[in-house]
Amino acid sequence: MNDLPEAAWTALTAFAQAPGWEQRARLLMQWGERLEPLDDGERSEANRVAGCESQVWLVGERQNGRWHFRAASDARLIRGLLAVLLVRVNGLDANELTRVDMADWFASLGLSRQLSPSRSNGMNAVLQRMRELTG
Amino acid sequence: MALFSPWRADFPALAVLEAQGQTYLDSAATAQKPQALIDALSGYYTCGAANVHRAQHQPAERATRAYEDARIKVARWLHAACPTEIVFTRGATEALNLLAYGLEHLIEAGDEIVISALEHHANLLPWQQLAKRRAAKVQVLPIDASGRIDLAAATGLIGPRTRLLAVSQLSNVLGCWQPLDQLLHLAKAQGALTVVDGAQGVVHGRHDMTTLGCDFYVLSSHKLYGPDGVGALYGRGESLLQLRHWQFGGEMVRVADYQSAEFHAAPLGFEAGTPPISGVIGLGATLDYLADLDTTAIGRHEQALHDLLLAGLAERSGIRLLGSPQVALASFVVEGVHHSDLGHLLTEQGIAVRSGNHCAMPLMNHLGLDGATRVSLGLYNDQSDLQRFFDALDQALALLR
Repeated sequence: MNDLPEAAWTALTAFAQAPGWEQRARLLMQWGERLEPLDDGERSEANRVAGCESQVWLVGERQNGRWHFRAASDARLIRGLLAVLLVRVNGLDANELTRVDMADWFASLGLSRQLSPSRSNGMNAVLQRMRELTG
Repeated sequence: MALFSPWRADFPALAVLEAQGQTYLDSAATAQKPQALIDALSGYYTCGAANVHRAQHQPAERATRAYEDARIKVARWLHAACPTEIVFTRGATEALNLLAYGLEHLIEAGDEIVISALEHHANLLPWQQLAKRRAAKVQVLPIDASGRIDLAAATGLIGPRTRLLAVSQLSNVLGCWQPLDQLLHLAKAQGALTVVDGAQGVVHGRHDMTTLGCDFYVLSSHKLYGPDGVGALYGRGESLLQLRHWQFGGEMVRVADYQSAEFHAAPLGFEAGTPPISGVIGLGATLDYLADLDTTAIGRHEQALHDLLLAGLAERSGIRLLGSPQVALASFVVEGVHHSDLGHLLTEQGIAVRSGNHCAMPLMNHLGLDGATRVSLGLYNDQSDLQRFFDALDQALALLR
């Protein structure tokens, strides 16, 4: 975990201090407010991630070999999940991205259930789309 | 006085779920199982499995007898004229697909297949795809604000080109009984075949096929407290004769050579391959269990729970019901709250309800919603389940608003 991006450390520290579901939900909603916005054009069908119960859009750009993703959703807790996902991956190169253990990351935040296969919140679909964009 | 289900103890999973902090209010998706079913499955596997309708040996004879007994029990449950009117399938979805393929030869270009706006995907997509194969047209009966199929509109839409009407008895989203008598009458007046999707309806109340008067009725075992992987298709004797065979394989065939074959009539001709034997036997045991219960008492209990559910939802501000549910379930949206957020926070609190489109995307689009939260009841639910749901709902809404 030593190679964590700085924003990811911040998330980890914050969620470590939120043991209960209510605190975690509050934190997620706060983090969700920090997502970089997508403009209307970017909220397009092409950027929409299929397989999510809420609407989720994901765009990824590569700058100097490093990936930078932005995402949006119409659901607040999904926005929070997207935010803590993006702080873990933004700024990494394609090689580093493939090495990120997302299940481990969500588990360390106390959010492992959000990645379970029965969840239709679409986090797995978002990860799949990231792999397609960067693959 | 708080409402207790006298049948709760018959369903061991309820105590286990409770110990895990889970409140199960998703019975419209699938129901928990009575001990009687678990014992029957365990008994079948413990005492010797065997294939049905094939071998002469004793285990096979025993399995076949139990399997055919289950057919008699389903026939009795539906008040069918004869057990041979019951075809076992691998689910309600498969039963509807059986119909859409088995009746395909009767549909010609320009014919109309009439469904309603509230259909579950299982009673929509097989017909939609059949219409595509035959260049036929799908007519959609609109619903009124309460969630019932609009009879005035239906009178106009069911016409001389209508070859088939396929409608739900009880909506899995809106929870209201559909005016089947009138709809079936309209369809029959045009000489159309009639299919009733009873997946939800069969769970809440006993229905009599001889008086209902549809050609086909479809049910799902796992929603009726039985095992999953099993469905049943009721077909009126003369209506079954209209079906062409659709799946081919073992035991559905009378004589076969390399180039051609002749097939059994229903039901066996529509049960190709090894059927879900244990599941069918389990369904039989479930029906035995249910048949011993006091139907009136169950109806009263379910209605009292439903009244409490509606009253609790009405007490809270900003909640809008989908339609006017009469029984079994209620779907709702909360003003300014995304159903996914609510679902997330209810899950966090151990409340098992459904959030989403409930396998009825066209209905959701029609209602102008992208999803809703659904609470659904089984005969084993208590008032305490609803109390836990409402407490969790209040907590969730306090966080979200």
